[in-house]
Amino acid sequence: MATEAYEKQAMKERQLTNKVPWKIKMRPFLILSPAFLLTIGILIPFGMAIYFSLTNYSFKYAEYMFVGLENWIAMFSSPSFWHSVGVTLSYAGLATLIETLLGIGIALLLNRENMLARSLRIVLIFPLVIAPVIATIIWQLMTNNSVGIYSDWLRQLGITNFNWGADPSTALITVLIIDAWVFTPFVTILVLAGLRSLPKAPFESAMIDGGSAWFTFKNLTLPMIMPMLIIAVLFRLMLSLQMFDIIFALTRGGPGDTLMTLPLTAYTEAFTYKELGVSLPFMLILYLFVYFLSHFIVKYWTYTQNKASGK
Amino acid sequence: MKKTLFALVGLLLLMLLFACSNESATKDGGEDSGAESANREPFDEFDWKRFDGEEIEVMLNQHPYADAMIERIPEFEEKTGITVNHSLTPEENYFDKLTTSLNAQNGNPDVFMTGAYQVWEYATAEYIQELDSFIEDETRTSPEYDVDDFYEGILGAGRWDGVPGHPVGEGDLYTVPLAYEFNLLHYNKRALESIGLEAPPQTMEEVIEVGAQLEGWNGEGSYGVGTRGTRSWATIHPGYMTSFTNHGAVDFTVEDGSLVPHLNSEESIEITNMFAELVNEAGPSDWSSYTWYQVSNDLAQGKAAMTYDASNWAIFHNVPGEAPEAGNIGVTTPPRTKEGDLGTNMWVWSIAMNKSSEKKDAAWLFMQYFTGKEHMQWGAIEANVVDPVRKSVFESEEYQQRIGDIEGYVETFNELIDESTIKFTPQPEFFNTTTEWAAALQDIVNGADAEERMNQLNDDIEKRVSRIRAE
Repeated sequence: MATEAYEKQAMKERQLTNKVPWKIKMRPFLILSPAFLLTIGILIPFGMAIYFSLTNYSFKYAEYMFVGLENWIAMFSSPSFWHSVGVTLSYAGLATLIETLLGIGIALLLNRENMLARSLRIVLIFPLVIAPVIATIIWQLMTNNSVGIYSDWLRQLGITNFNWGADPSTALITVLIIDAWVFTPFVTILVLAGLRSLPKAPFESAMIDGGSAWFTFKNLTLPMIMPMLIIAVLFRLMLSLQMFDIIFALTRGGPGDTLMTLPLTAYTEAFTYKELGVSLPFMLILYLFVYFLSHFIVKYWTYTQNKASGK
Repeated sequence: MKKTLFALVGLLLLMLLFACSNESATKDGGEDSGAESANREPFDEFDWKRFDGEEIEVMLNQHPYADAMIERIPEFEEKTGITVNHSLTPEENYFDKLTTSLNAQNGNPDVFMTGAYQVWEYATAEYIQELDSFIEDETRTSPEYDVDDFYEGILGAGRWDGVPGHPVGEGDLYTVPLAYEFNLLHYNKRALESIGLEAPPQTMEEVIEVGAQLEGWNGEGSYGVGTRGTRSWATIHPGYMTSFTNHGAVDFTVEDGSLVPHLNSEESIEITNMFAELVNEAGPSDWSSYTWYQVSNDLAQGKAAMTYDASNWAIFHNVPGEAPEAGNIGVTTPPRTKEGDLGTNMWVWSIAMNKSSEKKDAAWLFMQYFTGKEHMQWGAIEANVVDPVRKSVFESEEYQQRIGDIEGYVETFNELIDESTIKFTPQPEFFNTTTEWAAALQDIVNGADAEERMNQLNDDIEKRVSRIRAE
């Protein structure tokens, strides 16, 4: 009896469904199609990267063959790989740390309503509209020992032979300075947006209770802007791990192997040495770094957002 | 769990699909060149207009030689009726783009600029068309072309038998030269006069000593000797490789069918130490960022008192009004480190044809026109297509007039011509090995122990060339 009723109900539903015009039925697929195409567009190169990392594909030869894990084993047993991992993580960690601290500091200074702060808020976006490669070329000229203005200033301060990107001991700090110049405004803008959206009541209460500036910052401002700050850190960390243009334009990974990060090593293997199969494991390892770090940061972001909204 | 499994299976299927499609693609690649030339359409006689209406793609490197070609493309189009689409790419990325395009094997570009070293990669990969069959075919090559007019050694730089370890000059011809560069010592007469010198230094010790004295000779930031220094193969091939071979060192020998590197030989370590001393005592302090463009510019602007690099700078920068130091630049032989004949490593900019091109006959007309006597003569006098690769151009009155005023140019050319050639051992891992070599040189200039670093480099390069069979 129950089965008969169920079948009748199912038939009614089928009839109803059949009456829906096909254009309406296709609508969800149409809406989803850009996302589908995008996913395919990402998955195809990703699948190809995994496949070619298992071959000896080289631009120097018209043919290639499957070599199993040979490229991966060679990479893990190469000292240059571990050196690249160290340089990549140092660069990304230091760049993110410097830009976050500077970004918070500048945003706090700009979070006031006077003529200077209003003007600086506009001017500060300037480095963000300059492509990193162009910014690097400008810095290269400014730090050039023959014609560079910074080198000239250093000479006037009595510092001679500071060789910026040309010296292994100062190459990393030089690219970090350029990175910070280009990308600190990005962190500043995000933090500033967070600061300007904060409710006034808790700060007024803290002021009435006699809370110090540090107390207010530590216990109110920082936790409340934390979701914004984490988004800034997430973006900066991901992009710093992939950093290629500034280092390539300044030193091509030199002097020696000083700045050979994972993307630089992968590029050199693929396009200078023409060994695509050897290069791809470096990029796939970089993908794993980016994936796991972003996964961890997104989880932490959810936690801080819940905390900031009192859940 | 099911979803993960589904995703994994999907990914594996996707990879299998690529594997199959690419495997089949690679099988279409090779084609016997003899059979290919035999199958070419026969013609009755040579005709510049035969391919009227065709369109060809040309890939060029940003360089004065390319500028000269671009300027005269309209004349070529008028003469042949062929439309030329060209692209111009800065040298830093030119060869990356070119190699990727050739690897695609879709016939684009039809013609490209290249150097002789690149032939060792492109010939073994069968990306590059042999040209003898075109030159020997009287119906395809203009009677005015006169291939014997090229300097034999310079034309031979693009000829190779495809066997790693075998020298250039034998086998098939893959490129036709546009112009060449020797590597010489350029000096600024004003700089030498400022310290009371009447003649340029001749030995490496003298160059280092004089270069050190010339620090700040033309104000803040000026220095003694400019050389290239980036982490690139381009750092090794000019002055460094010239001194390397003049000092008696060799890069590789062939032993039992394998390439054996000798970068840690006594001569190699000695000359590397001398070169590092030259950079440290007389070079710019940010040497490791110096490319061809920086060194050339510093000579032209009066920042560098001397440079050890491409011979054609003496011509480019001595044109009145073209550079602040025009008229002050002279040339002499590479710094001597040992007794014996001096030579120089040579770089030859050439043009070549894509083996996958479907318009080879039209492409060959383009190559003939821009390496023919008429364009070469025009380029050497009216543009900067120097040093000329054709004897008729070098010996012409106009060209002799152009170089006549450059102090030391003709004497240096005559002294070096017999011993100048490509000094590297041809092998397909050239860019791989020389880039690592440049990284080692940077380390040594920055204070690493030369013997230890060259031993390490030698081991590394031995691994990199281990799969090459030199037989």
